[in-house]
Amino acid sequence: MPNRLGKLVVWVVVAAAVVAFVLFVGGRAPEVLAGRAGEPLLGTLTLSAAVFWLLAALAVAGAAAVALSRNILYSALGLLASLLGAGSLYVFLSADFVAVTQLLVYVGGVLVLVLFAVMLTNQIGQVNVSNASFGLFGGILLFLATAPLLLLVAVGIPWKTRPDPKLAETTAAIGNAFLDRWLLPFELASLILLATLIGAVVMARKELKADEA
Amino acid sequence: MLQPSLPHFLAVGALLFCFGMVTVATRRNAVAVLMGVELLLNGANVNFVAFNHYVVGGIAGQVFALFVIVLAAAEAAVGLAIVLGIFQTFRTVDVRAADLMRE
Repeated sequence: MPNRLGKLVVWVVVAAAVVAFVLFVGGRAPEVLAGRAGEPLLGTLTLSAAVFWLLAALAVAGAAAVALSRNILYSALGLLASLLGAGSLYVFLSADFVAVTQLLVYVGGVLVLVLFAVMLTNQIGQVNVSNASFGLFGGILLFLATAPLLLLVAVGIPWKTRPDPKLAETTAAIGNAFLDRWLLPFELASLILLATLIGAVVMARKELKADEA
Repeated sequence: MLQPSLPHFLAVGALLFCFGMVTVATRRNAVAVLMGVELLLNGANVNFVAFNHYVVGGIAGQVFALFVIVLAAAEAAVGLAIVLGIFQTFRTVDVRAADLMRE
């Protein structure tokens, strides 16, 4: 039964991704691996480079699943993989706080909201109804029109990079910056969140007509 | 070549952005369109943090990425509330069906 095997493979991959993310970000894994991260694992491929390629592949494959899957529940799971992959890439960019925030806000909050919306609005069994698209042809055309250009820009331009970017912890500096230079945007963000809270409740509640009340 | 550097992160961000754009453009389910928007924002976020680390230094790009995450969460909450309202009114989440702003 290939269907059940496919499901099993998907679940194993998702579980492995979650465990790897937690180990890599929160645990002692970086320190344990620190001595060996620079050593070549296979040819010129080092351990950290191998982890990077795995996570990048996870992010891109998840995004492809969101765009191409016929079942919206699989699209939501693809979004989970994509957000996890992109979030763990932040660790390579010396952005530990952003990575953990991505895990908490996106995977813990936004994705749960999306799953609730999927469950509340669709009959999951009706695959073609649940995630119909305007046609694969236009999508492929759009992808072929944009992706090569953006990839060419990303790879082809000689970016003026810093000589030796070091990995450093940034949480304390971010806290200071929020209450110092970016105090006004920070307070505005809290105002926006309050307005969102009230607005979402007002819009999603059941409307009572005057004669029913 | 195998070591991760700026172009690799930019390529990942570009691919996330492209897949998000395809999702927004081709899906008829409003929830799936919102998923595409999340992918778009994530692609932009990867670029913010990558340029911050490899080009600018400091933490300004990370602060920007955090603001993007906050606004994306707010956008998702309001957007999904609107989708639920559309579903209650039209009994479907097909974006072509919701062409009226009243019942």
